[in-house]
Amino acid sequence: MHLMYFTEQPMSAYDSKKGLDFGATALMFSNSNFDPVAGSRLYNEYIEQYKLAEKVNFDGIMLNEHHNAPFCMQAKANVFAAVLAAVTERVKIVMLGNPLPLADNPLRLAEELAMIDMISRGRLVSGFVRGGGQEQLATGVNPAYNRERFEEAHDLIVRAWTQPGPFRFEGTHYQHRVVNPWAVPLQKPYPRVWIPGVVSRETIIWAAQQRYPYIALNTSIEATKKIWETYEQAAQEVGYTSGPENRGYLQRVHVAETEEKAVANARQFMWMQGEFTGLAHPVWSSPSGYFSPTQRRSFVEFATGRAVSPRGRPDFQQQLNDMQIIAGTPKTVIPKLRRILEETRPGIMALWANDGTVSHEDSKTCIRLLGEEVLPALRETGAKLGLNSPFDNNAPVGIKYSTDLRKPAAAAS
Amino acid sequence: MAGSIAWNETSIAIAGVKLHLARAGKGRPLVVLHHDTGTLDRLPFYDALAERFDVLVPHHPGYGKSERPQWLRHPRDIAVMYRWLLSELDVALPVLVGLGFGGWVAAEMATASPRDVGALALVGAMGVKPPQGDILDQALMSYMDYVKAGFHQQSAMDSVYGAEPSTDQLVEWDVCREMSFRIAWKPYMYSQTLPHLLGGVKAKALVVHGDDDRVVPRSAAEVYAKGLANAKLEIVKGCGHYVEMEKPKELAALVTALAGGN
Repeated sequence: MHLMYFTEQPMSAYDSKKGLDFGATALMFSNSNFDPVAGSRLYNEYIEQYKLAEKVNFDGIMLNEHHNAPFCMQAKANVFAAVLAAVTERVKIVMLGNPLPLADNPLRLAEELAMIDMISRGRLVSGFVRGGGQEQLATGVNPAYNRERFEEAHDLIVRAWTQPGPFRFEGTHYQHRVVNPWAVPLQKPYPRVWIPGVVSRETIIWAAQQRYPYIALNTSIEATKKIWETYEQAAQEVGYTSGPENRGYLQRVHVAETEEKAVANARQFMWMQGEFTGLAHPVWSSPSGYFSPTQRRSFVEFATGRAVSPRGRPDFQQQLNDMQIIAGTPKTVIPKLRRILEETRPGIMALWANDGTVSHEDSKTCIRLLGEEVLPALRETGAKLGLNSPFDNNAPVGIKYSTDLRKPAAAAS
Repeated sequence: MAGSIAWNETSIAIAGVKLHLARAGKGRPLVVLHHDTGTLDRLPFYDALAERFDVLVPHHPGYGKSERPQWLRHPRDIAVMYRWLLSELDVALPVLVGLGFGGWVAAEMATASPRDVGALALVGAMGVKPPQGDILDQALMSYMDYVKAGFHQQSAMDSVYGAEPSTDQLVEWDVCREMSFRIAWKPYMYSQTLPHLLGGVKAKALVVHGDDDRVVPRSAAEVYAKGLANAKLEIVKGCGHYVEMEKPKELAALVTALAGGN
């Protein structure tokens, strides 16, 4: 198993009442509510927490990126990845991920990631995402070409990493007359690419077609099983059978020395009223053209309040009951996490452990208890269930590098 | 008057894309270019024009009942497709009536072929950067709030779309919005080159603006009125962005005064 530590890096030092009064805090909630003094403190606390996560034996640190919102302070995940490349020694730096469509120059991303890979001595996992709707609006990027830009930027980056330059790239959204970056990744053929997501069927299928692991972000057990079905079907179509090495799962879990404290701190997972990516205005989180046309009717009904959110909005107790959030002492959370592993069978597991206003001290306690008491139990369960990570299995980085593909049924006959 | 006009609906392939066209009336050819929110099939304004003109109401490519060209990238491409359409139909010297976003398309059509314009009416036209204020950003608003912002009076919106627009209508607005994003995302809803090209248009032109247009600032209308060689600015009182829906008779009278009719 590959076990990672994750936090959204909340910028919690603001007047939360103002945010709640405003409503949707992702995108248009004024940055005059941001306090750079607190921001400086928090960034440095997060670095300390990541270093502790490495010390207590996490295998990886998962990073992400959002813009214009208090729920995530990372406006550029590569900055933190570069910091971690220098201040850690062993953990994988797992970026989930860089929002490709936001890049007007994906080559710059290719260069930054290559530098991070070299500085970290080959510890980069370079996940890619489409970015939420708000991110497109926050960066002025056309949401209607989001998926096209995602796929094209990916192709350009992989070519820049693997094909000797100089060469020319003439795409629909990206044109580069000279591709010849001198920074190329240390890992060959290129750093592993993992794709996180929540609901988008097209992304699951695309990840399976690339043979990139898909990381389900705290989806319900039932939804997660459906994701694996979709993934497996696409995998079969391109000639391989998916396994735990293709599956990742993000779980919200907070651990403390007492049940009471753990539950109290876990309430902070609801600090954005339980919204997964901040308080999202539907029109901002899913601008026209961003979502799949198959969802158009249900989306417009949701956006105008004629239908409930497709993701629902269960309260804290409900999320505890459904194990969407797990909280307790190591002793009480271990059986629940085991159950999650048994049900979702991931080779990659991310533990989202601290959120909202959980203090630096409590965050560190949580990380320490996870590392010392919970991770060994999960590793034991993972070994029993055969939940091997891509590293354990030395899985191919991508479909092109597979040596075990079956011929498609039609071609074989 | 409304309902008595017989409209003929066809589909015509232009640049490999099926364009929907509604046509009615006799007389001087007049093309109505609709808003970024699409158009209803019938409007009292269209009927009023069809009493005096040969009225053509195409659905923009990617909007309404017209197919989406995946390759289309700019409203100027729509203008060229419409020039092609008019050529196929053997329509010369059309009166161009552009509504909001359609005003931008009309201005592009006029500047591209300045001698092939019967007359030009730009109504709350987008397409130029307003010197004061900004064109309202629909990306930040719900479908209904955006349309609502285009009416001076809520009652006018209710009478056109109903107090609770149907889900089909919302879906249509979403399709339109997606297409507008595809072709006019940045800079949002204007061209940086168009203002420099307006001077070539010598045809009689009328720039109409609702005095309570909250979608396009009046300063944009002033840019058009100043830039076109032969234009007058007309402000419609007690009216928002959707002049044709809120003041259909007044706008039809203004267009008729501009272009005469049959």
